Amino acid sequence: MLNNSPYFLKPASVQSVMLRVLLALLPGIAAYVWFFGAAILVQIALASVTALAAEAVMLHLRGKPVMMFLGDGSALVTAWLIALTFPPIAPWWLTVVGVLAAIVVAKHLYGGLGQNPFNPAMVAFALMIVAYPSLMSQWPGVGFSDLAPQLNAIFGPRQLDAITMATPLDALRTALHTPEARATVAGVLGSDASFGNIGGKGWEWVAAGYFLGGVYLLQQRIITWHMPVAFLATLLVISGGFSLYDATRFAGPSFQLFTGGAMLAAFFIVTDPVSGCTTPRGKLIFAAGIALLTWVIRTFGAYPDGIAFAVLLLNIAAPLIDMYTQPPVFGHKNKPAARP
Amino acid sequence: MSALQRLFKFHGGVKPAYNKEASTRLPIAVAPMPASLVIPLHQSIGGMPRPLVAAGEKVLKGQRIGGADGNVSSAIHASTSGTVVAVEMRLMPHTSGLSALCVVIEPDGRDEWIARQAFEFRSASPGQTRDFLRDAGVVGLGGAVFPSHLKLNAGKHGKLDTLVLNGAECEPFITCDDVLMRERAEAIVNGAVIMREILSAERVLIGIEDNKPEAIAAMDVAAAEANCKAGDAAIEVVSVPTRYPAGGAKQLIRVLTGIEVPHGERSTDYGVQCFNVGTAYAIYEAIALGQPLISRIVTVAGNVAQARNYEVLFGTSMKDLMALCAPLPDSDRIVMGGPMMGLLMPGDSVPVVKATNCILVGSQALFPPPPPEMPCIRCGDCAKVCPADLQPFEMYWFSRAKIFGKAQEYNLFDCIECGCCAYVCPSRIPLVDYYRFAKSEIWAREVEKEAADVARERYEFRLLREEREKQEKAAKLAAKTAAGREKAAAALAEAVKPAATPEEDAKKALIAAAMERAKAQKQEVHPENTADLTPEQQAEVAAIEARRAEIREMAKPHLRQDD
Ligand code: SF4
Ligand code: SF4
Repeated sequence: MLNNSPYFLKPASVQSVMLRVLLALLPGIAAYVWFFGAAILVQIALASVTALAAEAVMLHLRGKPVMMFLGDGSALVTAWLIALTFPPIAPWWLTVVGVLAAIVVAKHLYGGLGQNPFNPAMVAFALMIVAYPSLMSQWPGVGFSDLAPQLNAIFGPRQLDAITMATPLDALRTALHTPEARATVAGVLGSDASFGNIGGKGWEWVAAGYFLGGVYLLQQRIITWHMPVAFLATLLVISGGFSLYDATRFAGPSFQLFTGGAMLAAFFIVTDPVSGCTTPRGKLIFAAGIALLTWVIRTFGAYPDGIAFAVLLLNIAAPLIDMYTQPPVFGHKNKPAARP
Repeated sequence: MSALQRLFKFHGGVKPAYNKEASTRLPIAVAPMPASLVIPLHQSIGGMPRPLVAAGEKVLKGQRIGGADGNVSSAIHASTSGTVVAVEMRLMPHTSGLSALCVVIEPDGRDEWIARQAFEFRSASPGQTRDFLRDAGVVGLGGAVFPSHLKLNAGKHGKLDTLVLNGAECEPFITCDDVLMRERAEAIVNGAVIMREILSAERVLIGIEDNKPEAIAAMDVAAAEANCKAGDAAIEVVSVPTRYPAGGAKQLIRVLTGIEVPHGERSTDYGVQCFNVGTAYAIYEAIALGQPLISRIVTVAGNVAQARNYEVLFGTSMKDLMALCAPLPDSDRIVMGGPMMGLLMPGDSVPVVKATNCILVGSQALFPPPPPEMPCIRCGDCAKVCPADLQPFEMYWFSRAKIFGKAQEYNLFDCIECGCCAYVCPSRIPLVDYYRFAKSEIWAREVEKEAADVARERYEFRLLREEREKQEKAAKLAAKTAAGREKAAAALAEAVKPAATPEEDAKKALIAAAMERAKAQKQEVHPENTADLTPEQQAEVAAIEARRAEIREMAKPHLRQDD
């Protein structure tokens, strides 16, 4: 006979965790739709269906109970994050291939839920940006939010010039840090009204939406404060420092924080528990490391955004960081000396 | 209760549904005398008491029927007067389903006490007091059943800062301490006064979770009276925040004093000692009234029509006791203890013992089987709630992979099996089961290794003995042939000479070892000399170590010769 205390459990499940993560993404998605049109919803649907189908096939092949694992919602979270990090007007197959790479390779070939050493969504992003750098760099500008041309871009023969533009992050990087650059931050950002003032027009609202969702996750205790705070603070300090040093060549913190996927990363990507650090100090180091690398890659690298690479690099280091940051156990902290 | 008492926090913990109201509505009732009592001899941690009675003998209530086996053990008594009908193996209240020796008594209905006499502990030596409590069968009643006399020891400093009484009772459903404090606060506090004197403790802190306002009020009154009588303010009732496992001894010590007693160390070395309130009551009854421990308060709760607390004689079957509360028809299991740490019982025929604080009747509806186990997603929720500050998912990972060394590196043995981690795990992993498995595997391996060591030493010792016997024979022969008794005496005298040959060395070692042994035995009879006695396992280890040292000692000369 087995003794299996505790006999009652808190009503918590992987499913409820994942569902709340999806819920937390909604405000950001709403802002996204408002500023950039409904294409993102099409992408999310596309990614979700692909992810569920791939998950079901992989579970079946691996001889796992399909319905039980399919219901856990983890594939959906991966799918949504991929859709939200890819350009909303990316051709449909780009999203599908990205999701397949995440679910089949990054997740199931590594052993499925809980076993993947790399963040699946970031694996998808990194692979696709290496393979199709131009497709991954075509983002719609604000005001080009009509569904018809966007759908056309996703499914039909692509005539993109009318609706795309370089993202402010991309424009900045090419303008400032390519050898022949003469431009300044103010010059680049001021050159196009649609870049907005903070992190690119519209994007700051999307970022605000993610932030709201992040606060919800914190309140629900699904994530702890360590990673978002370390990530954002590091980005803030380092970009703040460099922009103080030379504001013409380095974009300031508000730009860095509200642009690209910084907010999404801070609350939803860096915080992926499976592939990240778990000890409190480890989490701080992990997230700060990602922020540092992100800034470096954004500023000096060859790719438009560096978060994916930064995350993958730190994923490799996570087990080691965890090992060296084990918190002291009960009775071994500020150990009161036994009386003489 | 002083509002000024500064409280500390322990890491983690959970707030499960407490379910304590149902069993506190009615006062404590005395459970009726059953038709037969099955009293296990082994009811505490430590050595199994020897049976002192045989079938057919008449016994009185409170008569000793099991004598403590050495110092790390505790006596067993007849719970009522009657006839011993058998001393035999019976099913024990333990998940393993094993049987052990029990004294079966048929009550005569007269409930006739032995002669009871208060124990004058003030005029007794600490050792005598401890002997008395050992023979009165007083053990920790919070569930751990550690012999109390071993803990009534101020440790190497001779005095304590703080005596902690544990009235937190943090496990859901259990209310035996709650009602005891409500109804018998004075006796508990009197017990605390006695313990304080024995331990020379500066102050007494009685920690009670703040979800028991009635108990706190009653204990406050009793404490104020005792303080008034003593003319000081040494005893203080402290309301502590309700959070499981605030009633873990280490957690409560931490909350009340800020001291964290590390795993494997004695709290007395940190100036603290902790007893359950029920134990304080038992100590009062033993010392002030001369009554050995023969009953306790037991909560019957869960899937029953009327949950209640009963004063129950040890040896009463759980079935008889439960019947008083009318278990509902869909009941499917009995748990001894609470839902977080309780033990599943192998049946309802098992007796109530000293460790039985609660009988929890379960059903599928009350404790539904957990949904299927999912893989760990490393969410860290388990680490957030672990009161021992462990990384449960790492220990789980290595236990599951049977990499036990790594599990130990992650401090597996600091785990108190409180169940908080499994309680919150969204993947429904029965984490504690994995820890129990890993611990038992590690123990089993260590026992094997130990056995191998002992066997090797035994072999070496046999070689030594054979050698010695050969030489002795030769010596005898020589003595016979050479001449009479005087010569033999001379030879014997020779043997004591300093310039000893290896075999004489061995003889001396033997003598020394025998003296050691005699000394050790004497120590067992006079526990004053065991002032630094550690928790039970350490004591056992020490005993084993001593035995092994003896063997090694004996084998040494022989080995040296070989070199
Ligand atoms: S709570 Fe469960 S799923 Fe979460 S880290 Fe711990 S063991 Fe893994
Ligand atoms: S059972 Fe062990 S690992 Fe789990 S919370 Fe309790 S002490 Fe920590």
